[in-house]
Amino acid sequence: MPILEFKNVSKVYNNITKALTDISFSVYEGEFVSIIGPSGSGKSTILRCINRLVDVTQGSIIFDGHDINKADKKEIRQVRKKAGMIFQHYNLVDRLSVIENVLHGRLGYKSVMSGVIGHYTEEEKEKAFQILAMLGLTEQAYKRCDELSGGQKQRVGIARSLMQEPRLILCDEPIASLDPSSSKIIMDHLSDINETMKITCIANLHQVDVALKYAKRIIGITAGQIVYDGPPEKLTRSKIYEIYQSDEGELITDVK
Amino acid sequence: MDKTTEKAPRPNNQTSVFVQRKRTFTLAFLGVAALFVVSAVVTNYEIIGGLESIPKAVIWMAQHFVPNAKAWSRLPYILSKLVETALVSVAVTVCAAICAFFFSLLGTKTTRTAPWIARIVRIIAAFFRNVPDVVWAILLLFSFGQNILTGFFALFFSTFGMLTRTFIETIDEVSASCVEALYATGATSLQTVFNGVIPSSLPEIVSWVLYMIETNIRSSTLIGILTATGIGYLFDLYYKRMDYSSASLVVISIVILVIAIEILSNKIRKVIM
Amino acid sequence: MSELDIAGQPPVSLDIVKYMRKTRGGKIKTATKSKSNRAIKITLFVLLALTIYGFLTFDYKNVDIAKAMAGTWNNVKVLFGQPKLTYGTWGGSLKALFVTFSLGALATIFGAIIAFFGSLLCAKNIANPYVANITKSFVAFIRAVPTILWVLIFTVAAGLGSVAAVIGLTFHSAGYLIKAYAESIEEMDEGTIEALKASGASFWQIVFQAILPSSISRMTAWTFLRFEINFTNALAVGAAAGVGGIGFDLYMAGNHYFDLRELGYITYIVVAAVILLEMIATKIKATVR
Repeated sequence: MPILEFKNVSKVYNNITKALTDISFSVYEGEFVSIIGPSGSGKSTILRCINRLVDVTQGSIIFDGHDINKADKKEIRQVRKKAGMIFQHYNLVDRLSVIENVLHGRLGYKSVMSGVIGHYTEEEKEKAFQILAMLGLTEQAYKRCDELSGGQKQRVGIARSLMQEPRLILCDEPIASLDPSSSKIIMDHLSDINETMKITCIANLHQVDVALKYAKRIIGITAGQIVYDGPPEKLTRSKIYEIYQSDEGELITDVK
Repeated sequence: MDKTTEKAPRPNNQTSVFVQRKRTFTLAFLGVAALFVVSAVVTNYEIIGGLESIPKAVIWMAQHFVPNAKAWSRLPYILSKLVETALVSVAVTVCAAICAFFFSLLGTKTTRTAPWIARIVRIIAAFFRNVPDVVWAILLLFSFGQNILTGFFALFFSTFGMLTRTFIETIDEVSASCVEALYATGATSLQTVFNGVIPSSLPEIVSWVLYMIETNIRSSTLIGILTATGIGYLFDLYYKRMDYSSASLVVISIVILVIAIEILSNKIRKVIM
Repeated sequence: MSELDIAGQPPVSLDIVKYMRKTRGGKIKTATKSKSNRAIKITLFVLLALTIYGFLTFDYKNVDIAKAMAGTWNNVKVLFGQPKLTYGTWGGSLKALFVTFSLGALATIFGAIIAFFGSLLCAKNIANPYVANITKSFVAFIRAVPTILWVLIFTVAAGLGSVAAVIGLTFHSAGYLIKAYAESIEEMDEGTIEALKASGASFWQIVFQAILPSSISRMTAWTFLRFEINFTNALAVGAAAGVGGIGFDLYMAGNHYFDLRELGYITYIVVAAVILLEMIATKIKATVR
């Protein structure tokens, strides 16, 4: 049984802008899927539909046994805590400490009040430290997030999502704001998480070569429609040009 | 303004830009000049008289607007009224800020309230911001009389309106990105407010509160004259009795207070930002 | 990378524990020790304490708050619900509105002219730092005196009327705009001024060739913003110093005729004008930025 299923999903913004048209695909446990496509093709809309940051217009999405469109508030919380998300601009609370940001990953598990006053158990804090150790951030634990470099911030983002004990991690352009060496560190961590912890990963990437290197499956979308879905080996050059609707030589391949 | 033409010859396309700019300047200048003339006529403003009044006022201030022994003897009383006015300004700003913060949460995009609620919040804020504090003061005089609360509520309403709008803008600007991430972890609105919105926007909010305290001390002087309370009333009292020495001491004390608060606020801002 | 296996929950290794900060009760701390957070806490605490102290020490003169509030609520209903002119006329109110508008306009124009030259003395990238500091201190002093007091002081020297009002309002406008203009000038590209200096341009050439063109749009936006403020100030001064305009009408309606309906009518006119000005200012701000 797939962990995530898109059935004929369409999304129209403000009744005019078509973001997604009739998208269908399934993702199985443990897969590392990369969604590629030009900017504005609907990549981030797909990710945001999965945790209902965006409501779909038509079709249905099944994640972890929940029909996301029919989920009520409580159920959405259940869905969200099982789907971690990391962002291009990290989206951390800059003025709080690294460890506080990591602990935010537990909010979905808490009662409203204990989340509001920021009460975490000792086990949760220890777990946060273990995750930070795994990502090489223990020394930064008490620093404020605005003191960190971009690569470190993104690792805090990963730590926050791992804190959720997710079944799925959604990565929205995780390396688009990073330099090549930090990008490699981030992608290696994501790859490790996928392989050793068996967490399913869906990553939007605009660098095709990164996608080819790390993903076990590529979904190419253009103007809100899937034009390729298959293993990286079978993605031909001409198919890539079709996805990016560009002429030969114009391809974005900035990270080796 | 003709300096723009005093330059070496330029290529044609650039000249046209300069000609156009000069035309805009000329039009703007004529518009402002016309506004000036009309305004001067409407208000019976005498330009010469206005210019003459400045040295006259300086001389007059040097002669009469200086504290004398009698004025100094009133210093304790003046200071007590000054402290009262400062406390009113702080209390008004703090109360208005607390109300405005919770109210602005209903108006920001970050809490994902229904759009119609956000719109109502904005309309209410605009109402309180745009009814001048003078109107509130005059209105409140009817029931509260010459009371410290008259000035308190008059300032409260306009501060509340002003801060609600500012807080909505600040919160939307500062915390939009982290709020999205917190919702994505499964946090509720209230958890998101306390873990994301408050930590990220608090420095800006404190800075605005300090600014409003400064502003409200000046405004409360004016409101005090209207409602016969606080330091404004004291100034008006001495002024009407033509006891300009004592009035000058009131002004000096206000100046020192305002500047002290400004310096302190700037110091605090430097540390918290 | 040895503790990769989180799922298996290995015991917390000693080298992680080393990095944990504990409270006296042995719990792991989470917050950073930042100067800024502490300053915010202290500031909020002091403000709150002053507020409580204020409420405890205010002289309420035994006013019945509940009764006064209920009365005010009734008055609000009359004010906004039944506006009616008894003593003034529609035309007279409009003329008074125009007077207030003109007072604000004159003060803004004077303020802008003074501020233009003042800001040249103040902006960090062109002014002499010594002169800049003197100018800034002078401006801080001017701004510290409430507008109404300037107006009243000038009333003695120039008589009750528009001259006192305009000059009083001009002081604050100039102070405010000097700061705003100087910031606009400071935002311009350092290189431009350097290049012009190097080419031997005189001070005024630099001002009119480089500074004015590149900061005029920001300056315009600030000027309109100030005009909006000046309108409200002209209104307030009209009420409190009796210099005329619609502010004086407000004062007369409320404090002389005690006529809430008249007050309501004038309030509606004023609010409409303020909203209109705010809309114009917002629009100009949007096009400039």
